[in-house]
This record gives sequence, structure tokens and C-alpha cells, in this order.
Amino acid sequence: MSPAIGAALDRVDGRAKVTGAARYSGEIPLPGLAYAVLLGAQVPSGRIIGIDRQAAMTADGVIAVLTHLDLPRVAARPRLFPSLAGLTAHGQSYFPMQDDVVHYAGQPVAIVVADTLERAEHAATLVRVSYAETPALTLLDQGREQAYEPEKIFGGLVPGRNPTRGDPEAALRDAEVTLDLTYRFAVNHQNPLEPSTTTAVWDDVDRLTLYDSTQGPTATQLSVAELLGLPPVNVRVVSHYVGGSFGSKALIWPHVTLAALAARQVGRPVRLALSRDQMFHSCGHREEQEQRIRIGADRNGRLTALTHDKIGLTSHFDDWAETSLESAAITYACPNYAGGYRLVRGNIITPTFTRGPGEATGMFALESAMDELAYAVGVDPLELRLRNHADTDPETGKPWSSKGLRECYQRGAELIGWADRDPTPGVRRDGQWLVGTGMATAAYPVAAPISPQRARARMYGDGSAVVEAGISEFGTGALTAMTQVAADALGLPVTRVRFVGGTTDLPNIAAAVGSAGAGATSAAVHLACVQLRDQLIRHAVADQGSPLHGADPADVVVRDGRMCRRDAPQVGETYAELLDRNHMPDVEAIGTWTPVLPMASDHAMHTFGAQFAEVAVDADLGRIRVRRLVGVFAPGRVLNRKTAHSQLLGGMLWGLSQALLEATRMDPHTGRYANENLADYLVATNADVPDVVVETIEVPDQVVNPLGVKGVGEIGIVGTSAAIANAVYHATGRRIRTLPITLEALL
Amino acid sequence: MRPLSYSRVADVATAVGTVAADPDSTFLAGGTTEVDLQRVYVSPARRLVDINDLPLHQIEELPGGGVHIGALARMSDVAQALPIRRRFPMISQALLLGASPQLRNMASIGGNLLQRVRCGYFRDVAARCNKREPGTGCSAIHGINRGHAVLGTTEYCIATHPSDLAVALVALDAVVLTQGPDGPHRYAIDEFFLLPGDTPHREHPLAHGELVVAVEVPPNPMASRSLYLKVRDRESYEFALASAAVAVRLDGGTVAEVRLALGGVATVPWRARRAEATLTGAPATVESFAAAAREELAPAVGYGMNDFKIELARRTIVRALRMAIGDPDLRDGTAAGLLSQDDHGS
Repeated sequence: MSPAIGAALDRVDGRAKVTGAARYSGEIPLPGLAYAVLLGAQVPSGRIIGIDRQAAMTADGVIAVLTHLDLPRVAARPRLFPSLAGLTAHGQSYFPMQDDVVHYAGQPVAIVVADTLERAEHAATLVRVSYAETPALTLLDQGREQAYEPEKIFGGLVPGRNPTRGDPEAALRDAEVTLDLTYRFAVNHQNPLEPSTTTAVWDDVDRLTLYDSTQGPTATQLSVAELLGLPPVNVRVVSHYVGGSFGSKALIWPHVTLAALAARQVGRPVRLALSRDQMFHSCGHREEQEQRIRIGADRNGRLTALTHDKIGLTSHFDDWAETSLESAAITYACPNYAGGYRLVRGNIITPTFTRGPGEATGMFALESAMDELAYAVGVDPLELRLRNHADTDPETGKPWSSKGLRECYQRGAELIGWADRDPTPGVRRDGQWLVGTGMATAAYPVAAPISPQRARARMYGDGSAVVEAGISEFGTGALTAMTQVAADALGLPVTRVRFVGGTTDLPNIAAAVGSAGAGATSAAVHLACVQLRDQLIRHAVADQGSPLHGADPADVVVRDGRMCRRDAPQVGETYAELLDRNHMPDVEAIGTWTPVLPMASDHAMHTFGAQFAEVAVDADLGRIRVRRLVGVFAPGRVLNRKTAHSQLLGGMLWGLSQALLEATRMDPHTGRYANENLADYLVATNADVPDVVVETIEVPDQVVNPLGVKGVGEIGIVGTSAAIANAVYHATGRRIRTLPITLEALL
Repeated sequence: MRPLSYSRVADVATAVGTVAADPDSTFLAGGTTEVDLQRVYVSPARRLVDINDLPLHQIEELPGGGVHIGALARMSDVAQALPIRRRFPMISQALLLGASPQLRNMASIGGNLLQRVRCGYFRDVAARCNKREPGTGCSAIHGINRGHAVLGTTEYCIATHPSDLAVALVALDAVVLTQGPDGPHRYAIDEFFLLPGDTPHREHPLAHGELVVAVEVPPNPMASRSLYLKVRDRESYEFALASAAVAVRLDGGTVAEVRLALGGVATVPWRARRAEATLTGAPATVESFAAAAREELAPAVGYGMNDFKIELARRTIVRALRMAIGDPDLRDGTAAGLLSQDDHGS
């Protein structure tokens, strides 16, 4: 039996998804279901001075029109905290509809509940809200003089300044070559296909079931329970299928609790689905930001100093910045380093995770700057990176748990044909197209939950097994990969194993965020299945009726559901024979994985990869077309080759999108985004997708988690935008330091 | 969504009579614009009169080389129709470069000509917009206006006309046939699209209840080698930043005759008459193309984010003309090359 792990197993939920049998949170049929529609503030700052709901109340089908005057006060002030911790995970430290103050446009000010969605939507337009507006700040440029250095960011988990190494200012003064470069980034929104949706059902006066689109069912459970003042046992969350997230469902945003409150107010199950435009102001975004990089190097391109400073726009409630500095600080060996965050408070919702949070911008800045350094010192960009390769973690000096970056560089260079590259910019013509290639390093931290991660494995008398853990499937392929993990640990074919997730009734797993989902879940699933297998083997060797009686459990292996002696495979019996003889209907085991915190580990844990791009730029019209992308990554062990490569491919295409298309445009006159729809917020279409090659290099990792899984959720996007921008430079000789790169920059 | 009443009619006279009799009603064809605008409360109509059963789907060659296109013919059907592909490739290309396959399968030709602008402020009922609510002002002039027009604008409105098809039809001097409450009308296409002036809410010279029944494209031998060039940020499913429909007849090295219209840069589908006049009789060189482009864009006005469109439109004109004369320095710039992405028809 060849191992299931690593095989390109088809998605176990593929059929249910393509036939429509898979039910998402907005598709659960419930008797008496009512529909809630949120009404958002149309001004970015001010007070509500009047709400006229008469017309809405009398419209057909309307059950309730709720405002801050109707809703009860929530039981706790929410506190922003990343869901990876496994605790309450509010998206922002603010809950709306508690008073008359408006902090940001789109902030919920009323909820209309009706018997159909269309009637609720219509009645929402009949609610007249009057505001006393106050001046608003919605762009970074409006508040630079107010910028401050936060003590901590990221829910208090990350210091506002990175650890300084050496004396970067002195090193910059002494450097043979210096660069001082500033990079600007448009606001990005996650835009999953399925807008966030919650269906709330009160089973009793104080028992709530939520069908919620979430990256972590337990995060929803704990967060909503806290706001409602309920014990967590009274809140059950079901989340089997989620239509994508990209960070928008990583934390728990107010609409989830508002759905529960509305259901309680009207005494009926209530479904609240955000509309596409509401997705632009209800669950965070990648913040508007600017990053400055200063590099000092010697004439050979060896880094002597690196500073990396970021300024970003956050809300009035939270010191949020995506952690753009973390990977960039440790990608290269550099003895002198400093980096820190500054923030400006504005009238916006708190920003949040957006695909490749932090690294997608931070590594754009670093890798663009490295390309500039390569040209400044006349060294090939890939050679420059090899000269600065960090053999150990430059911040702590610890060895890497695994790395594989040199192998990624080498393989990527072969695939794109880097060896033949003429570095001269702006000289390769293909008709009207200018052609160029570029590359960048990808890096993303290996994160792990703080809390123990659990899974349960049960074997039935026939030798088939069900393995359970409370994760949701939001498109990553987790259900499939976990089936493979369980099959190998139990020694069963994948067809004899079913993996089930999707509710808080199951053993607890933290939200699958920060590329940590596969590592955490596979660890718990593997340990649960190993426990179960060992339990069955111990039973067999103790059973006088078993051919394995008296054998050393350590000498027993399982193949295809049959336990046998390693040295004498003909001696053995199947799980089913053992269980049947002993009249055992089933056997169960729990697996618990307690992650090691990075600071407590002897190793530094990071994922690396190499990105290469070939672009063509229309010399007259400025149009940019990506012709080829090559990404080679070293994500530890790959659980499913097909789903892992799909995720990496998807990440790279989001990187293409970030590089060339994605921008949410704030109109400072209205304080609102001007393109809250998918016709005007551009993401890549199939026609934009070039020839893409994805490869993985498997590097054994004994440290990160039991199976050595470093995750593929984020690393695919990191560096893609820099590789494309560097290719644009190689093609045209024009250095663009603002994302997205649109054609007007190249005219 | 607002409560609506809906009826379905089977003949043109009933359709026109029904809508003309009710000021709160409008026609429903493919629905790809009207339903969107209903959902965002921009369309004022309370009653939709479904005209999809009317016998207006035909695509017919006319004696002499013209073509008659029924107003209910779908974008995808027109794009693939042999007479269109042979005689007026710029129409076929403009259609295939517009919208998405799903939308093209639904959207009608009449609806395409009457589609409303994509200005975000027009579609946002909370914003000021003279086109939606006359007299309230224009939020776009000082707002997010990267996609907005640089030609034909006024202080009242700078919204770009979104249709690709209309650009080709303007270049070809098409005629719009309607049936009004007072009888049939024929509009030269230039008269069919109104500049915003100080009345941007009036986009067409149509009476309430007047139904577009067909478009006629007159014969034009040089149009059989015409093309449509569309410049945008992404390869599919996006409105033009700049586009050009062009047909050229050369006499030796001289431009004997030229048709040129622009999209994506003007408040109406823009016939580039200044450029045409400059080009006619001029040598077919990049220099004279550039001179014509400068001439056409001389009155252009930028509004900040869209300043680049003035230069982009110039370059788009030059490129389209180079493509039309088969400039050998262009790699994939032929009309055939433009179709490779989307065109799977026979």
C-alpha cells in the first residue's frame, strides 16, 4: 500500500460541490426563516440624529426594523485578537448599534427583518437616517502629521518595533552603496465568492445555533457567546462549507452577533447575508500603506544595513497593521537592521487579514529593493540573493527547522531559463511588446496555534474509521488532506476513512489562518489515529485469540487494515477480525497536539520559495501582460499534491491580481469606497492567467509539527508581485513602486 | 428590491402602447442593465414590460451589402453571424471584447445601445449625480474618475459611454430604427447619442414608450477589413479605458478613405471626425496617424485620475490605424489576432 499522504487524491467533497449538494451557511433550509438586511451608515463620521422607520415598518412582509434604540447592550466590549490563538477572535474592538455615534461609513445602523430577502432589502431603502456629520479622515495623506508609533499591533501580539540588530544608522553611513526607496499600496479587499453569511436559530431562550461562514467554528462560538453573555456550551456553530475567505472570515465581525440578536428580537430563525458591496466595509481589508526601505551594501551586493518602516491607516478602535516587516527582517543575512510601524487613525473599519497578510506587501517592498540593489551593484538578481542567503535566522541566530530556499532558486531558475538572461533593461522586443523577466524570494512564517489541537478517531467493527475535528472547509482541500493523513496513520486505504469537520460539537481546532491549518489539523488527526492504531495493536498482542498474541507492539505494523509482524508479515489479522472476535462495536481515541511556541523552540520556523515572472509590456499602450509565472516552494511535507499545488497556483494568481489590478478607491469627499463591486474592483480573470508552473521541494522538517507540514495557504502569493514588478523593470527600464501597477504608470 | 409589476407582450404595437401609457414603466429585454439598476434603486421603473417575445431577433443581409440587426438579437448571436463577421468585423470584435460570455448570451442589441453609464456615482443613490437626479451636482469631477471621459464632458457630467458596439456603429454611420407612440422613426446614429450638455439625464432623443426595433448598417466595402481595438486593465470582462473602431482604404501609400470612432474616453460613442479629416489624403504613416490623433484629442479635458486617457487615446488611435494598414512591426496586432481569446465560433 503506497502512502496516501502526498498523492493527488481528488477532493472528497468535489462531487457534492459541483452538483450543488454541498450546503453553505446561506442554504440551510429552516422552517419559519426570516431574512435580515443591514443598513450601513452613509457618512463616515458623525451622530445619528434621527431614524424614520415608519415607511419601512409598514412595508409588505416586514417583521422588525431594529436600531441602536432597540438592541440590548452586548455583554462585553469586544477585543481584537487573532483567531489563531484559539480564543475569542473579534475583528475589531468595537461593536456597532450600541449608541448613536458613527465611526465609519457602512457601520451598521439598522437591521430590517422581513419574510423574504427582497422585501427586507426594499424596506431597508425606506429607512430614513439623518446624521450630524463631523469631519472625517479616510486617507493616509490626510493624517500623516498625526502618525504615532503603536506599542503593539496585531491584537497586542506583535511589538510596534521589530527587534533591532546592530547599528543600522551607522552601517548606512558607512555603506559603499545605499538605497532609500518608498513603496505604496492600494487598499485591497478579500472578495471571496461567498459573501459572509450567518443563519441564527435560537433553540431555546438561551441556546443558540449559528450556521456561519467562518475559518474557525470555535472562534465564532466563543466570540458570539462572549458578546451575548452566554456560556460557550449554549452556542453551537455549524460551518461545513465556506465559499472562500482569503482572511475576510478569519475573525468574527459584528454581523454574526447582529444576526443572533435579530433572531432573538423577532423570535424566528434569521439569515443575514452580507451583500457584495457590504463585503467592502464589514469584515476588514488590507490597509492603505506605505513602506520605506533603506539598504546599505558593499560593492559586491552584500547587505550591511536594512531598515524597513511602514505607515498605515487604521481604525479609531485598534492599532492594526498587517505584519509586513516580519519575513522581510529575516530573509537575508544582514547584521544591522531596524524596522517599525506607524499608524494613522481614520474613519474606517479595522483592517484585517488579507491573503498573504503582511508578507504580500512587505516582501514586495524588500524584493523590489533587492532588485534595485542588484542593478546598482551590477550583480545578477538571483546571485545577489544567494550572496545574502541567511544560513541561520538573522534575528535569533537559531538554525532553521528546514529551509530549501537554495533548491527553490535553482529549480525556478531552470524552469524560467534564468541562466540565459541578459540583465539589460528595456531591450527585448517582440513586435510592439517589450519583454522582461524578474524574480523574488517568497517567505512566510510558520505559525501555530497557542492552544492544544484535538481530533478524535473512531474505528467501527468492520474496520472502517471516522475521524473528526471541528474545522470548516473553505476551499483549501482540508477534508481531503485530512482523510489522507488519517488513512496513513491507521494503515487503511482512503476509501475506508471518512473525515468529518464543520461543527463545534467536535474536538477543538483553532481557526485555519496564517497557513497554520494544515499543520495544526494534521498533527491532531495524525496523533489521534496513531493513538487508535496503537490501542488496537496493544489489544491484539494481549488477546490470546489473536495471531499477534505476545508480539512486541513496536514490531507490529498495519497495512491495508491488517495488523502484522514487521518481520513476519504472514502473521497477523485485520482490525475487523480483532473487533469482531471481541464483540467490540467501535474503538475511539483522542489525539492532542500541543504546539511549541516559536520563542521556546531551538529552531526558527519559516517557509520559503522562489518566484519568477516573464512579462510583456506594450511599448506604446502600457498594457502589461504576464506571460509566464514559475513558483517553486519548500512547504515541508505536502499532504495532497493536487490541492496543495492548486492553493499555490491560486496564491500566485492573487499575486498577479495584487500586482496589476486590485485597488479599492476611497473617495475622501464622501468617505466611502467608490468601487464596492466586482465590475470595478478588478481581480484577474481566466484570460489574464498565463502559463503557470508550480513545483514543490519537499524538505523534511522534524520541528514544526508531527508531520512536518509548513502550509501552502499564503506562501504562493508572497513575492509574486515583486517578481512581476521586477520583470516590468527588466522589460521597460521603468521602476514602479506603487501597487497596483496600471498602464498609466508606463505611458 | 422594489416591488415591481411585470407583463409580457407579443407584438410591437402592444409593447409601445403599454409602456407609453404608463410613465413608471419600461421595456425589459436581456435585463443585464435594467435588473442591475433595479437592484441598486437607480432605475425608476415600477413596471417591466417584457419584450423578448417580439419578432425582433433577425440578422439579415440587405441588398447592396448592408445588414439589418433586430433589436432583440443577442450580442453573442450578432458577433457570430456570418454577414457581420464578413462585412463588419469591427462589430463582431467590439461585441466579443465586451462583457462576459454569459452577459453576451443575454444582452440585446437594443439594450446595448441604451445601456446606462458605469459611473460609480450614478449607481450609488447616496451620491450626487446630475444624470440620476438633475441639479444635484457631479461627484465624479472631483472624485474617483479614472474611468471617466475626457471628450464631450461638461461641468454637469463626465461619465463615459460604456458600449463597445456603439463605437463600431458610430464609425459605420448606422441607423437606429424605432417605433414610437406616434409611429416609426429613423435616427442617424450620430443623433441617437446626446452629449450631456446641461441635461445629462437625457441620453437619447426617444419619447417615453419609443422602442428600438432594429439597427441598420449601410454598405461599406472597406469595413470588411475593419477592426476594433480595446485597451483595458484586464483581458476580459472590463469596460474600455480607450478603444478605437477603424476602417481604412488606402490608395497607394495614401489614406483615401477612413472611418474612426473612439470608446472609453467620451461621454458618447465618439466619431473622430477631426482625425478623419486630417487623415484623408494624408500619407499612411505613423507620423500622420499621430498628427490626426493630436488633432482629435485637442479639445480633451482631464479631471485628475483620468488625465492619462488623453495620451492613451492618442496612442490607441495610432495603434489602431497601424493595425488597420497591416503594419509589419506589430506582432499580434492584426484583427484576427484580437479575436483569438474569445472567439470560438465558426
